[in-house]
Amino acid sequence: MFKRIAFSVNGKAFNFEVDIRESLLEMLRNRLGYTGAKKGCGVGECGACSVLVDGKPYDSCIYLAVWADGKAITTIEGVASKTGELSQVQKAFVDEGAVQCGFCTPGLVLTTTAMVDSGKEYTRDEIKRELSGHLCRCTGYQGILKAAEKSLDGSNNSKKELRNGNYE
Amino acid sequence: MYDIIGYYEAETVSEATALLAENPNLRLIAGGTDVLIKMHGGQIEDAELLSLRKIKSLEIIRKAEDGTIVIGAMATFTQVFHDPILRELIPILTEAAISMGGPQIRNIATIGGNVCNGATSADSASSLFALNAHLKLEDHQGERVVPIREFYLGPGKVALKPGEILTEILISPADYQGFGGRYIKFAMREAMDIATLAVSVICKLQGKKTFDQVRIGLGVAGPTPLRCLEAEAYAQGKEVSVETVAEIGKRAVNSAKARTSWRASKDYREHLVEELVQRALKIAVVNAGGAELV
Repeated sequence: MFKRIAFSVNGKAFNFEVDIRESLLEMLRNRLGYTGAKKGCGVGECGACSVLVDGKPYDSCIYLAVWADGKAITTIEGVASKTGELSQVQKAFVDEGAVQCGFCTPGLVLTTTAMVDSGKEYTRDEIKRELSGHLCRCTGYQGILKAAEKSLDGSNNSKKELRNGNYE
Repeated sequence: MYDIIGYYEAETVSEATALLAENPNLRLIAGGTDVLIKMHGGQIEDAELLSLRKIKSLEIIRKAEDGTIVIGAMATFTQVFHDPILRELIPILTEAAISMGGPQIRNIATIGGNVCNGATSADSASSLFALNAHLKLEDHQGERVVPIREFYLGPGKVALKPGEILTEILISPADYQGFGGRYIKFAMREAMDIATLAVSVICKLQGKKTFDQVRIGLGVAGPTPLRCLEAEAYAQGKEVSVETVAEIGKRAVNSAKARTSWRASKDYREHLVEELVQRALKIAVVNAGGAELV
């Protein structure tokens, strides 16, 4: 059984029939080639498959493709600028050495990006809570936490600059 | 690929109940964090799904004119946690909501799905039991309201009749006004874990020194979530003291039907019941306007 859906990935519009059995992860990876989203546990525990749906993180392995109808999806491929310049969050992950094998990184960068975009301020404990749906088996999380804090500090600073009228 | 052979979507409750009446084999899917996992594990095969995800009316959380709190079954855990009404009036439910899974799961998992999945470890259950929640069930012919204690029949078994959909969770003012509460989830990790024991306690005082009512909801203390009715009856009219609280903790164990599982032994769970009921109750007393017990 197939169902026609319309949605966007990283700003690009799509409209086609999906198999009702497909997960969003399978559709993104196998059909559209967005292989930045990884398949880890397949049951929503590890967060490697996380993508943003309308700006909020979801585990795409337990999200049916048909549910993407009308949604704006962001994958890790859509985070850097079109010219290939890394986003502030990606830079923070590089600077803090928050990446080792890289399997968990796309999900963590996306969840951190969602936090930055929310414009809210987070305590250290709240950052930990927001990142708790991602498992990393390499880093021990310290670098990741620092990278997330740096990303959020940066966003606060840039907003402050905007408030002060400094548009770079 | 999931083992799905049919997929239907409803946009209103009446559309959903009509579809369900036509085809009783349809399996309801809300957030999918239980249904899809079961499919992944081979426990559900050849599924014909009826999705409730497009029924926007079921996402609403509100306070009715008579003070009843009405939580739409499709409200997500993220929504429950952030809802200003629930945070103010029944924080034991919002605390339970934030203890569940991680952010990605809370963004999609629904409170109605959590209840209908029938697990004793459902993170919303102990609080909904303590709050004496009532469930509105609708089918194509009408609706009925059942107390949550009568809804849980056994592990994974709930009193949803064929054709019925849980649409709203109701908490009446008599069950929350004047109460103070505390929720404690005991697990090995602080996130992404299933409770070893969940305790939700609310209490109401007469003056500052006498228990008027105490309600204790437990999760993972038996095959279904449960209330500690013996301890609750004992508490009524008793002086608020360390001794009374200790006795309530002991009596709470009598209502628990703990068993040994790979997560914890029966003895350990009973120890947790006795200890955590006391800890939760002491904080609930303060939240109900009483003095701190030392």
